Amino acid sequence: MIPKRAIGALLSTVLGLVLLLSFKTPEASGIASSSRTNQAVVDQPVGRKSQSGTSTSQSGSSSTSGGTGKTATGAQGTSGYADGTFTGQDVSMRYGDVQVQVTISGGAVTDVTALQLPNGDGHSSRISSIVEPMLRSEALQAQTASIDLISGATYTSGAYKQSLQSALDTAAG
Amino acid sequence: MIVHAEPVMGTVVSFHLADDGASRALGDAVAWLHDVDKRFSPYLPDSEVTRLADGRLAETDVDLDLREVLLLVDRASADSEGAFDARRWRADGRFDPSGLVKGWAVERAARQVAATTGDAFAIDAGGDVIVRTGPSRSAPWRIGIRHPDRPDRVAAVLQLGDGAVATSAAYERGAHIRDPRDGRVPSDVRSMTVVGPDLTWADTFATAAYVMGRDGLGWVAGHPGYDALAITWDDALIWTRGMDSFLLA
Repeated sequence: MIPKRAIGALLSTVLGLVLLLSFKTPEASGIASSSRTNQAVVDQPVGRKSQSGTSTSQSGSSSTSGGTGKTATGAQGTSGYADGTFTGQDVSMRYGDVQVQVTISGGAVTDVTALQLPNGDGHSSRISSIVEPMLRSEALQAQTASIDLISGATYTSGAYKQSLQSALDTAAG
Repeated sequence: MIVHAEPVMGTVVSFHLADDGASRALGDAVAWLHDVDKRFSPYLPDSEVTRLADGRLAETDVDLDLREVLLLVDRASADSEGAFDARRWRADGRFDPSGLVKGWAVERAARQVAATTGDAFAIDAGGDVIVRTGPSRSAPWRIGIRHPDRPDRVAAVLQLGDGAVATSAAYERGAHIRDPRDGRVPSDVRSMTVVGPDLTWADTFATAAYVMGRDGLGWVAGHPGYDALAITWDDALIWTRGMDSFLLA
C-alpha cells in the first residue's frame, strides 16, 4: 500500500513528467497543486507504449480519468495509472532531444529512464540524463534517515536552525 | 563521532569528526575560519579585503593568503569568461572575493584536519560540503541536495567518499548572485550543484555555472574531475555524465 503523501508526490511526479514531455492533458497546468486527489493524471500517455506485455493489471485504473476518482483495489487504485512502460514524446532540449520512458508497476512509477539522450559533439555529449526530481526524492525518502549532510545554497547563521543540516547535526551528535 | 556547529563567515559550519585527535583538529580549523573571516570579510571596516577594495591597501602589499586568493579569483574569472568575477559582480562595483573565499578557506581547513587526524570527517559550510573517508569510516558519505522549494526535503542524494560538493541558488539569500557580465540576475536554473575534488573550485564553478544556466553543465564537465547537476524551473534534474557515479538511484 502506498502512503497518501507518496501518492501525492507520485502524482506530481507524473504531472512533472507530463509537463516535461509536453503531454496534452487538462491537468497539466498546476504542477504541485492538490495532487492528492484520485484523479487520473495520465489516462492515455501520449507516445508509444513499448512493452504492453509487461502489464499485469491494466483494467480499472486505465479507464479512470477526469477526476471521477474511480477507486480500484490496492496501491494502484488511488494512483490511477495503468501498469506498463510508457514512452514519452521527444522533447527538444538545449542539448538535444530527450525522450523519457516511465515504467508503472502496481500503480506506482517504478522507473524513469531516459531513452534518447542528447549526443553529438561538444557540450551536448556531456549531458546524459534527465529525470523529474520528485520521483527521486520520493524513492529516496526511506533512505533520508541515512543522509549525512546537505548541500544547498548558503544559509545564514539564523536560517541554520531551520535547516535540514541542523537536524542532521543534532541526530549525529 | 564528534559533531560541532560553528557560526562563522555569516553562516554555520558543521564538523563531523572521528573522535581521535578531533578536538585539536577542530580547534585549529575553527580558529582558521575565524581568522579568514576577520581578514577577508568585505563587511568589516578594516579587513584586508575592505582596505584593498577601498584602495587603502595596494595589491602588491597584500599578504600571502590574500595574494593567493587574488590569483585564484582572477583564474576563475578568466576560466569562466567572466561568469565569475570578484571585481565586477557587485552592483556597487567593489572588489568582493566572498564567492571564492569560503570554499578556499574550508578546503584548507579540511586539509589541515586530514593531516592532523588521518581519519574520516565531513565539513558542511552552510551548504558547501567536504567529505573524507578513513580508518573509522570507509563507507561513502551521503549528501542530500536540498530541494529548491522545501528546506526539509532533498531533490537528490549523492554518494561520495572523498571530495567536495557545492550548490548555488537564490532560495536562501535571495537574488544575491548577479551576472558580472551584464548585471542581470541569473534565472535559467533554480540551483546548480558541482562535485569535484577541491571545494575552492566546486564552489566557484557552482556560482559561475549557476550564472551560465544550463550551459554551465557542459562548462563544468570540461574540467577533469568535476561534474554538475542542475535543477531546472520545470523541476527536471539535468546532470553531466560523470555525475552518474555519484547519484544514488
